[in-house]
Amino acid sequence: MQTYYSDLLVIGAGLAGERVAVEAAQEGFDVICLSIVPARRSHSSAAQGGMQAALGNCVKGEGDSVDVHFGDTVRGSDWGCDQEVARLFADAAPIEMRRLAHWGVPWNRVVPGKSFYFKGGEKFDKEEKEEKRGLITARSFGGTAKWRTCYTSDGTGHAVMCTMDNRCAQLGITVLDRKEAISLIHDGDTCTGAVVRCLRTGELEVYLSKSTAICTGGFGRIYKATTNAVICDGGGHIIAHDTGVVPIGNPEAIQFHPTGIVPTDILVTEGCRGDGGTLLDVNEERFMNIYEPEKAELASRDVVSRWMTHHMREGKGVKSAYGEHLWLDIRHLGDKHISTKLREVDEICKNFLNVDPRTQLIPVRPTQHYTMAGVRTNKDGAVYGLKGLFSAGEAACWDMHGFNRLGGNSLAETVVAGGIIGVKIVEFLKGYETQFKTDVIADAVRKQEERMHNLAHKTNGTENVYRVREELQEALMQGCFVFRSDPGLKTCIETLKGTLEKARKVGLVSNGVGANHEMAAALKIVGQVKLGLCIAQAALVRTESRGSHNREDFTERNDRDWLKRTLAYWPEGNDMPELKYEEVTPVYEIPPGDRGYGAGKIIEADKAEIEAKMIKR
Amino acid sequence: MSRKLEFDIFRYNPQEKSSVPHMQTFVLDETENMTLFIALNRLREEQDPGLIFDFCCRAGICGACAMVVNGRPGLACQTKTIDLPTRITLLPLPVFKLIGDLSVDTGVWFRDMYQTTESWVHTHKVFEDSAIEERMENDVAEQIYELERCIECGCCVSACGTARLRDDFIGAAALNRIARFVVDPRDQRTDRDYFEIIGNDEGIFGCMGLLGCEDVCPKNLPLQNQLGFLRRKMGITAIKEIFRK
Repeated sequence: MQTYYSDLLVIGAGLAGERVAVEAAQEGFDVICLSIVPARRSHSSAAQGGMQAALGNCVKGEGDSVDVHFGDTVRGSDWGCDQEVARLFADAAPIEMRRLAHWGVPWNRVVPGKSFYFKGGEKFDKEEKEEKRGLITARSFGGTAKWRTCYTSDGTGHAVMCTMDNRCAQLGITVLDRKEAISLIHDGDTCTGAVVRCLRTGELEVYLSKSTAICTGGFGRIYKATTNAVICDGGGHIIAHDTGVVPIGNPEAIQFHPTGIVPTDILVTEGCRGDGGTLLDVNEERFMNIYEPEKAELASRDVVSRWMTHHMREGKGVKSAYGEHLWLDIRHLGDKHISTKLREVDEICKNFLNVDPRTQLIPVRPTQHYTMAGVRTNKDGAVYGLKGLFSAGEAACWDMHGFNRLGGNSLAETVVAGGIIGVKIVEFLKGYETQFKTDVIADAVRKQEERMHNLAHKTNGTENVYRVREELQEALMQGCFVFRSDPGLKTCIETLKGTLEKARKVGLVSNGVGANHEMAAALKIVGQVKLGLCIAQAALVRTESRGSHNREDFTERNDRDWLKRTLAYWPEGNDMPELKYEEVTPVYEIPPGDRGYGAGKIIEADKAEIEAKMIKR
Repeated sequence: MSRKLEFDIFRYNPQEKSSVPHMQTFVLDETENMTLFIALNRLREEQDPGLIFDFCCRAGICGACAMVVNGRPGLACQTKTIDLPTRITLLPLPVFKLIGDLSVDTGVWFRDMYQTTESWVHTHKVFEDSAIEERMENDVAEQIYELERCIECGCCVSACGTARLRDDFIGAAALNRIARFVVDPRDQRTDRDYFEIIGNDEGIFGCMGLLGCEDVCPKNLPLQNQLGFLRRKMGITAIKEIFRK
């Protein structure tokens, strides 16, 4: 068995993982990054929109500051975020954007002079100032007070990913692709690396490390309809959760995006609406302006997704072979705008729908999009329960997003959190010694060999992994989607309990040899169903509506009882998760209040309790 | 009535001792808006779970699923079956090392390319936390991004006559990468520095000008223009070198 050593093992080489790696490598530590695909194929590269940072260079961003960004983030989270973390993030974001510019990101820049923009389908003028010429510019995104989203045409994620991966190459960081971590090596107290399956040969390898970081992105693929890449299947969450001592934070917090195209659920960017695109119903009439007169299409994602679902329930959806959908209209933006600023959208329409967005409408529906849930860490990115284990990016519940993430905050989080947590890992590594216990390593490897052997030889049963996965995906779509209710969630949980039984009896149809995909799917199916059960159980217990978690039977946001974060543990041998709770934030800069959009009734928290935790800056 | 599609797929699993390279035929009913992403996943999940192929974003932006479709390298995810005849032949990309069936190892090839081209901004300037960013004209930023749109799918390399003949040819993706840094004012490398990397037969002078690279690029990158641009630049640099001696 091949064994590799490093100071830091990063699992996942997307933006968060590589940013963490860069920070440690710059300080002279030996870093290995593992990725199931070549780094630049990471889902980070699919982000079209941009990264939020309060630079305030463009004219519509004037008056912006880290405080305004912080405020938007807290309000956007529906007071579900850790305010200390949101503050760290907002403060560091402008520096990080400039650092990326220094490393090579071709950010779009301020062009002085008059130009126009669309908002809600109307045309407006603006004039950029000469003194700001050439500084990093920004565009408008939903839920923000100022234009704050830094971008590179419509390929921001791709451009930043290229630069970050270049930086890794420059620093000589070992980035290995087609490597999938299938279990952590730990003694219940300290994490010392991972057992890894090589996706070229199917062989197992051991990676020992003083510190390990899980940066594997979200787990959207456990839903049937998701904008996520096929690699976003929860692998990192599963290996952490499987230890029994690491909790998933806020599993019920799953975001849905208003504009996945039908039928493939490929995302068309929020930039479409930011730039003035509108949503139309079966009669080709606008409706968001009725429900949200102020923000209309620019209301936050959960709000737009809900009104879309509501509008379709009212019989205003467009019927199709793939179910009901609505229309996105960007025809009025014109050829020049569509072929430059929204080129990816143009290509998606052409390549996957045979639609020309200059003259035709785009079929869209709400789709799973982002996982606010994640491996629970403290503000330093250190994972609860295991020493030496860290997590950053979408994989983590660092918790700056709370119950709803604002557009442009996730891509920014990857690099900003990566930088902050990278520094914390460096602090951890300095002077830290660990012990690699041979019995712990051997035991971890033996367990995985046994699992693979059992799957290939159908020792536990002959359930088909793809059928089991489909059952999981369907159950979550039915009971745990945009709208949730007591009976729906209970049905979902009952179904998933049966699915878990089946998942434990999966046997391979193929022989599982080599770069076999069925083996990869089978190795994580039990963990995926467990994640599904965590979502459903946490959603059932949380009797309120907050952010993207929307209970039809508890429509008010209940700060009195639910200003807290769910921690879902799964002790070995259990058939259901154990839910614990912790306070949502240790301090308040902004006391719980109105989100400013899509707000229902709020049951207020005890004022004295909040007051006691208020801090001034 | 929907068409019956016949897929002729290359099969070989190098990790399996008994495996020999051969073609295998699968049959599938076509559905509305079917892409090769939908088709191949259905084949794997319903007919042969041992079938090896790669997809990642399934949206034409990551480059994972490049393969040879009816003789032409392209992205499987954005290939609609409606645009193909009922008989569809799928082969792995040539040039790259085979992992199994339709999956090839582009990752290692491209990481080597980063090292060869020193694919990063070369600058002596040090980043300062408190300083405002250096200014750049928006046109320049957009020009850089234009060349940075490469998704490293490997189609250009597999469609390249020179790359098929010699292993050490760096290919259109690498030359495009160099061009990206040439236009970037932040990169302080000179033409002589670039000449050291690509002023040879493994680089710009190895290109036979067949331009298969540009024909098959799924992102429609201006590879042909970049080749011309770099060849002129390197030609001039070479002449200057002669006179310097």
